[in-house]
Amino acid sequence: MDFLNAIVLIANFVIVPALTYGSQLALGAIGVTLIYGILRFANFAYGDLMAFGTMISILITWKFQSMGITFGFLPTALLALPFAVVVTIIVSLIFDKYIFEYYRIKKSPGVTLIVVSLGLMFVLNGIVRIVIGTGDKQFFDGHKFLIKANEFKELTGLNEGLAIKSTQLITLITTVIIALMLFWFLEKTKTGKSMRAYSNNEDLALLSGIDPSRVVMITWVIASILATVAGTLYGLDKSFKPFTYFNNLLPIFAAAIVGGIGNPIGAFFGGFLVAFSEIMITYAYKKVLIYLLPESLEPTSLMQLLSTDYKFAVSFSILVIVLLFRPNGIFKGKVL
Amino acid sequence: MFFSAKNLSGGYGGVDIIHSCSFEVNKGEIVSILGPNGAGKSTAMKAMLGMLELSSGEVTIDGKDLSNLNTQTRVKLGVSFVPQTKNVFTEMSVQENLEMGGFLRDASYKETIDEIYELFPILFEKRNQIVGELSGGQRQQVAIGRALMIKPSVLMLDEPTAGVSPIVMDELFDHIQRIKEKNVAILMVEQNARQALNISDRGYVLVMGENKYTGTGNDLLNDSEVRRSFLGG
Repeated sequence: MDFLNAIVLIANFVIVPALTYGSQLALGAIGVTLIYGILRFANFAYGDLMAFGTMISILITWKFQSMGITFGFLPTALLALPFAVVVTIIVSLIFDKYIFEYYRIKKSPGVTLIVVSLGLMFVLNGIVRIVIGTGDKQFFDGHKFLIKANEFKELTGLNEGLAIKSTQLITLITTVIIALMLFWFLEKTKTGKSMRAYSNNEDLALLSGIDPSRVVMITWVIASILATVAGTLYGLDKSFKPFTYFNNLLPIFAAAIVGGIGNPIGAFFGGFLVAFSEIMITYAYKKVLIYLLPESLEPTSLMQLLSTDYKFAVSFSILVIVLLFRPNGIFKGKVL
Repeated sequence: MFFSAKNLSGGYGGVDIIHSCSFEVNKGEIVSILGPNGAGKSTAMKAMLGMLELSSGEVTIDGKDLSNLNTQTRVKLGVSFVPQTKNVFTEMSVQENLEMGGFLRDASYKETIDEIYELFPILFEKRNQIVGELSGGQRQQVAIGRALMIKPSVLMLDEPTAGVSPIVMDELFDHIQRIKEKNVAILMVEQNARQALNISDRGYVLVMGENKYTGTGNDLLNDSEVRRSFLGG
């Protein structure tokens, strides 16, 4: 019984949150890695593109809510998401046309493009704050819990409860579907293969007649879809605050690099690796150990490796360790 | 002549590297461009592909002027190119490399893939393998196969036998001869001058970016001056 209680405790506070957070990171990391693989620069504006996409989702959600449109037991935001995706794609393509294209044609080095994307990051960040404000924004509606902690306790007779929010399940399912669709697209379709070819050997792709402007356009489309979906899911699951998206840039980049930059499948798993590391290292294991250990060995401290305030230090450490010992990432990097 | 380049001069911005070079090749012919290191052989080939700024000269295919078209348009018109390095998609399978070669084609490209497997049987065996894991000679076959996917009328090869063993070199030259039988005009830059001339209908020897000697394969092989300077006696 104690053992089961310990497992439920871990599931409730580590596994479920990490799967959710990992999904959000995974989608973001795939976006970053695709842009790196095709456009050959690290896009620092990606976090704020997520914030922007989420803001559009929220504005449309509010509009829908005020019009009395809801999505039954599902959050209205899911209904607003496709529209937000379209807006974000258009905005991304405009940014590419008026900002990034110039440097691409000039064949500027990646460092220049990183600085350009930093500039865009500040602009996007400013736009989001001006439009929607800096505070916390709630836009969740619909059925909140799939199973509540109390219900779980009654159902199983255990001391510990397992609560699963509907947003957590929605996040995981959406992520898996989108990732599978994307991998299928890259592996099986002609356009997807041409993107991998372009990422692998740009000159030869040109000699084969692959149109670079089309490849670039599709990359922005996919990256914008991923950013908006990941951002909206994150906002639904927690709450929306522009600054958190800027903060998430670090774990997202850590996930992309752990998985081997340029490798979408690597980025997918990298997202979960970073999420699990962050949550496992910052979780206080006191209660779990009380269940598992004999009374004489019971811990008196929190048994927490690192305070949750330092969770970004975990991503940062992962980043440094990977770059030091396995710069290509765990999966082979620079592949698409 | 089916494909001809006349009086090409140009370089990579700045000083000209090739000076009024001319080359011609007919369908069903193999023509080699030879010469010492730094003679401008690869540059001349790039000039014909539109990868270079030309200060003068014109390139025509079947009487049609290509001089002002970019490389991609020339590819569409049937001029295919196998670069010396980075000539395959290393992270993709053999089959995918061929598919990418046929990117501009409609659904009929599948038959062409079968033809290429017929030409290079080893590629059929390795069709699902990642090209980066293949041997040098096999990679070179993938590279040539990819270039053949557009059904080119002119095939340009930049040192197809660079860095492979003599046995593999002979094998590759055999393959190139069989491509010629498919009525393709083949133009190749080669370091292995003697072997290249053996299978060539004609050859051009470039020195310091200029046409120095021109003639049939046999003529050049028997020319005492050419022998002394390039073929090692």
